[in-house]
Amino acid sequence: MNAQLVVELTIFALAVFLGIELISKVPTMLHTPLMSGTNAIHGIVLIGAMLLAGTADSTLEKVFAFVAVVFGTINIVGGFLVTDRMLEMFKQRRPEDPERRE
Amino acid sequence: MSRTWIEVAYLVAAICLVIGIKRLSHPRTARSGNWIAAVGMTIAVGFTFAIEEIDTYWLMLLGIAVGSVVGVASARMVRMTAIPQMVALFNGVGGGAAALIAAAEFHRLAPASGPLPGEELVGILFSAVVGSVSFWGSLVAYGKLQELVPGRPILFPAHNTANALLAATVVGAIALTAVTENRLWLAVLMVAALVLGLFFVLPIGGADMPVVISLLNAFTGLAAASTGFVLDNTALIIGGTLVGASGTLLTLLMGRAMGRPLRQTLFGAFGAAPEGGGHAAAAVGGDGNVRTATADDIAYMLAYARRVVFVPGYGLAVAQAQHDVRNLGGLLEDKGVDVRYAIHPVAGRMPGHMNVLLAEANVPYDELVEMDEINPEFPQTDVVVVVGANDVVNPAARNQPGNPIYGMPILDVDRAQNVVVIKRSLSPGFAGVDNPLFYDPKTVMLFDDAKAALEKLVTSLKAV
Repeated sequence: MNAQLVVELTIFALAVFLGIELISKVPTMLHTPLMSGTNAIHGIVLIGAMLLAGTADSTLEKVFAFVAVVFGTINIVGGFLVTDRMLEMFKQRRPEDPERRE
Repeated sequence: MSRTWIEVAYLVAAICLVIGIKRLSHPRTARSGNWIAAVGMTIAVGFTFAIEEIDTYWLMLLGIAVGSVVGVASARMVRMTAIPQMVALFNGVGGGAAALIAAAEFHRLAPASGPLPGEELVGILFSAVVGSVSFWGSLVAYGKLQELVPGRPILFPAHNTANALLAATVVGAIALTAVTENRLWLAVLMVAALVLGLFFVLPIGGADMPVVISLLNAFTGLAAASTGFVLDNTALIIGGTLVGASGTLLTLLMGRAMGRPLRQTLFGAFGAAPEGGGHAAAAVGGDGNVRTATADDIAYMLAYARRVVFVPGYGLAVAQAQHDVRNLGGLLEDKGVDVRYAIHPVAGRMPGHMNVLLAEANVPYDELVEMDEINPEFPQTDVVVVVGANDVVNPAARNQPGNPIYGMPILDVDRAQNVVVIKRSLSPGFAGVDNPLFYDPKTVMLFDDAKAALEKLVTSLKAV
């Protein structure tokens, strides 16, 4: 086991505790937006796809890397935008909103 | 750019992601939290371009361009009601990306002389399996929510044998890939993992899809973290692990909100055979008849009520009737009726989905009441109007031990003085079980599409 792996395992262990701690008190109405927001965050896998695309030699690697970059980008872009659309609905409203009645 | 500066940028990005997730868990700060996370992501991706080992740019730029167009278009065009399945799709492609990265890394490293370092091998195998399960599982979840695949649990005759065989194949392929480092075995492994994703989600009922998607979301996070170990990239490890950990907790919280322990959701194969209508009718002491009423009858009932509670469900979301229910509620308020909207934690398709739809229709916050607060008030409620909801108001969950949904928390609408159910037909809901509420003597049914029915009620009410 090399030193770099130990550092990586340390980061991993701390991130596990942090991830659990961060959302321990979330109201039910935010479950879906939170799922969608964290869903966008694992799109960070795009970075791995970029590293691969930037250094690929064989055609197979290039094809896989290209598809992975497309997938990762969809995950990030779509994920953040769709979360924003959901959260847009939660904006504070004035009680005497003119649109309230027709 | 030197590796040090890139690591510093990744640190800044990681801090943004952490602050983003923190803010996403509070209603007032959620929207800005989402944008802070997006900024962190942009920093991480932007600085990745500056890594020295990268020598080809056109491939990734093309991929990012294609992905951005698809991502923006699908996020903008999706209707609010279809958002849960869109989240499933976005999750699936993330898992697919992790699996493809693992496969390509293995393809690149495998021919090298000498065995692969242990952590690389473990990371590759983990991302390949978990990423593939998440990819295909999410597509099945999408299919179920989009009703391309039946929402009911699907079990095939030799299910147990097939599962055992599949598990053996996966374990065998993992072992053979690790020992021989032959690409063929990794290919076999990934195909087996895809089938595993299919077998994992097919037997789970549509009503449980939110929990499944949340679990697959956590899986994808872990698969992404695992590719970080393979590529020695800290941003990937942090981002992926945060999602893996918070996603696992969120899955448990969602399961709790739905009153179904995770084990039961995943392995319970819920309500494969629906029960007969006679049985449901007997449960409430009714004569098995369903009473129907016209829009005019119901409008009178509403106009002279003191207190009306609306219970919106998926039928309302599908019919896009959130504005119509708001109109009807507004008219009743003008007549001095006390109006509330009862929100079951999983009304619609996902926790919080109904809050989003009603907020879109400008229903004031203080009129949206959560299940635990409204349940004690039903006995004092004159009329409950159930609009396209079914399982979340099924009293069988409270009083029929042995019923597949027994134990799920429900809105106790059967305790109100009168119940109006707007529904297209008597067909069972997503859970596939019959609802004794419809046969209750104090229930009247209005068989129609939610939007059409509400429009008729508005017209009738204006004439009262």
